[in-house]
Amino acid sequence: MGEISLKLNGKLETKDVADNTLLIDFIREHVGLTGTHVGCDTSQCGACVIHLDGVSVKACTMLAKQAEGSEIVTIEGLADGDELHPMQQAFHENHGLQCGFCTPGMVMSAVEMVTKNKNISEDEIRKGLEGNICRCTGYHNIVQSVKAGAAKMGG
Amino acid sequence: MNEVTKIDGIGSSVRRTEDKKFLTGKGRYTDDINRPGQVQAYFLRSDVAHAEIKSIDTKAAQSAPGVVGVFTGADIAVDKVGGPICGWVVPCRDGSSTKEPPHPLLAQGKVRFVGDAVAVVVAETMEQAKSAAELIDVDYNELTPVVDFVNADKGAQIHEEVPNNCYFDWELGDEGATNKAIERAAKVVKLSVRNNRLVPNAMEPRSALAEYDSLDESYTLHTTSQNPHLTRLVLAAFMFAIPESKLRVIAPDVGGGFGSKIYVYIEEAVCVWASKKIGRPVKWTADRTQAFLTDCHGRDHVNDVQLALDENNKIIGLRVDTVCNLGAYLSAFSVVVPTILHGTLLSGQYDIPAIYTNVKGMATNTVNVDAYRGAGRPEATYLLERTMETAAKEVGMDPAEFRRINFIPKDAFPYQTQVALQYDIGDYEPHLDKAMEMIDYSNFEKRRAEAAKRGMYRGIGMSSYIEACGLAPSAVVGALGGRVGQWESASVRVNPTGTISVFTGSHSHGQGHATTFAQIVADKLGIPMENVEVIHGDTDKTPFGMGSYGSRSLASGGSAISKAVDKIINKSKKIAAHLLEASEDDIDFKDGKFVVGGTDKEKAFGEIALAAYVPHNYPLETLEPGLEENAFYDPTNFVFPSGTHIAEVEIDPATGVVEVVDWAACDDFGNLVNPMIVEGQVHGGIAQGIGQALLEDAHYDENGQLLTASYMDYCMPRADDLPSFKVGYTNTPCTHNDLGVKGCGEAGAIASPPALINAVIDALSPLGVTDMSMPATPQKVWKAIQESQSVAAE
Repeated sequence: MGEISLKLNGKLETKDVADNTLLIDFIREHVGLTGTHVGCDTSQCGACVIHLDGVSVKACTMLAKQAEGSEIVTIEGLADGDELHPMQQAFHENHGLQCGFCTPGMVMSAVEMVTKNKNISEDEIRKGLEGNICRCTGYHNIVQSVKAGAAKMGG
Repeated sequence: MNEVTKIDGIGSSVRRTEDKKFLTGKGRYTDDINRPGQVQAYFLRSDVAHAEIKSIDTKAAQSAPGVVGVFTGADIAVDKVGGPICGWVVPCRDGSSTKEPPHPLLAQGKVRFVGDAVAVVVAETMEQAKSAAELIDVDYNELTPVVDFVNADKGAQIHEEVPNNCYFDWELGDEGATNKAIERAAKVVKLSVRNNRLVPNAMEPRSALAEYDSLDESYTLHTTSQNPHLTRLVLAAFMFAIPESKLRVIAPDVGGGFGSKIYVYIEEAVCVWASKKIGRPVKWTADRTQAFLTDCHGRDHVNDVQLALDENNKIIGLRVDTVCNLGAYLSAFSVVVPTILHGTLLSGQYDIPAIYTNVKGMATNTVNVDAYRGAGRPEATYLLERTMETAAKEVGMDPAEFRRINFIPKDAFPYQTQVALQYDIGDYEPHLDKAMEMIDYSNFEKRRAEAAKRGMYRGIGMSSYIEACGLAPSAVVGALGGRVGQWESASVRVNPTGTISVFTGSHSHGQGHATTFAQIVADKLGIPMENVEVIHGDTDKTPFGMGSYGSRSLASGGSAISKAVDKIINKSKKIAAHLLEASEDDIDFKDGKFVVGGTDKEKAFGEIALAAYVPHNYPLETLEPGLEENAFYDPTNFVFPSGTHIAEVEIDPATGVVEVVDWAACDDFGNLVNPMIVEGQVHGGIAQGIGQALLEDAHYDENGQLLTASYMDYCMPRADDLPSFKVGYTNTPCTHNDLGVKGCGEAGAIASPPALINAVIDALSPLGVTDMSMPATPQKVWKAIQESQSVAAE
């Protein structure tokens, strides 16, 4: 056991957790933010993508201990109060989600991708989302959403 | 009011009302829910495919840290808890019925697939439960596993009750007439195809959280289900023998289903059972490997096809002999999927005067096989549309023209097929024409030539599919061996302020019912959509309903809502007549207002609602107060969506990689309530079909070990595997429901695999390639290219 402190969506969270606690379990079980999901055990599906110090990472594949002192943003921390982040709004307007399970990871990946590359092409979006699996949408509308989100984010 | 109706009503691509919670991380899936005092369940699963259990020693596990209980099949047997049941059986050719072996919740005496649950460990934490499970010692006497389902009849017998490992040997159609047609045919086209085994892979793994309340001796189960009422019925009536009122089943937000969350699985039942035994809430959530090992798989057929043509290339007969793999135990709809939902679709869009099919359903030491998006209809469409394309090439006709001359003519509806179904309506040439136009079919050869200059093989392939969905007329279901009704229910409650609560028996796990159903109600009542709330997924709140599968939610569930709203309107007219001192017959309802015909006397819908709940001026002697109506809708026929999909591919001979470069889908779903949502369903269905055709294959080795049990090994379609899709529609409204709607959920998955494989074969046809099995992986395609070149060199 050991104490871990990190900033989660702007709020300092300090929890006493087992040394082998994964970051995803710290967020879901210890803090109780369940918007970030677990869809596989092999770092393949991307349902657990969060931002760690501005970089999108799969929270199922790192220990909470490794995130000590970092700033984390999850899907719950993306909107500005009641106002959706432009990428969230774009997913809504372009029907970029169906069951919603992969959506948090998909949106978090998209935001980072577009932040790095404002004039992102369809091909780059498709390649960029390679680490996020969606079973519902066939990706067509997700790609449209990311394009629209990029435009809203100033691309 | 008019304006609002136009924005929100039927036919508008209204953005989904359920989106915001999912986009902000506020979705509430089963694993997101925790109860005070909750403990975790972990299932010890068999790592061998077929064995007798000589002994199980749980002593060390019992005393491991954090463990509150370890249970085996013996404990379940003492409490006489039943196992999952088969919801539909069929008669066999020899007059016997489907063989139904028992499926114990935890193995009793024998394990029958890798993943079969042997024991459950319940502990304070999942980690403790897993660690303790490692201390359980199971002594197996291994038996020869049966994996090859085509030869399963020669393998070791898996169940005492299932001789030759054959659950059923079923037939449909006129064998004599079909064989005669084949004998007298000018040409018989023969094809053997395999429909590869798939894992549904909803992104949310299955999960269950059961809680027992000792005060009123009742249970609450949160679970990942497409049909909470069916789950409650099966658990209460068949497994635990308790009144339904003592079990509340809640399917909260559910992260995709695709068929895999229809059935009651053993884990749900064990959690319910253990919650009472232990006296604390018990939770179980599958990891992805458990999902691969234990979720019901889909497809897994081999089909031998003979298509008889006359001298004018008209089809005169079709014979299909099928063997399918149903796995270790019969699941709820295992039997109906490859029989009724498959054999009855063999006429496709074609006028075929004689059809016969025989289907043998085999037991193997693999996990159960049941419905996966399309369920039987993709298998029928695949074999038929592959055969149509092969036949066209063999007789030297353009595949589109060959289909055209064999289509059921549009003036032949209602059309009685030779395989039990009567199609109410359809018109097939328009969607063929439109799909061809969308993909610029007439200029394809130019594109092929241009690709050839770049050293690439380009091909085009089509598929004209039909499906029977909107399950289903209950009497027909009963006559065909179904053990449930297939109606749907709705309750529409008008609140005193005029807002509406709609309680539906359907369940949404991505389909957008909160939006679509609200559109129907808003449109019919002429009120803003935001005044309509849709409630589903909780047996304590919603009327008994059959749930969502088989593209039935709108056609059956939507029709029930429509019917309940009609009752609301009828009662409202009576109230309006009273308030307006007019005869009920003179009241017209339009745009949310009840108007006395030919006058300016009117009452708004909200005023009627208020009068119903504050009945001071109200015909109480003839009419009850309140405004709430229930409806149960039992369809009079299936609905029959149809369409044509055309795929265009390019193959790189150096790598064998098939790139899908274009896709045109033109579907006839009848009237569309929300075209945006329909289009999303089509996209998702096509993606799953492309997955089947190019990437996905659940593969067991000869020992019955699932080699593809993670996303590292089972190839899921990803964004860079797929193109964008062109989607279009034609419309022949359904004749037997008020909304004129068909179903759209499964169409993409049904239509796409044959279109894609036809395109791959077409691309390689200059090399003499005439066949390709699914999935057409780079290795398989590359090998086909190499082999054709070595044949050419010889």
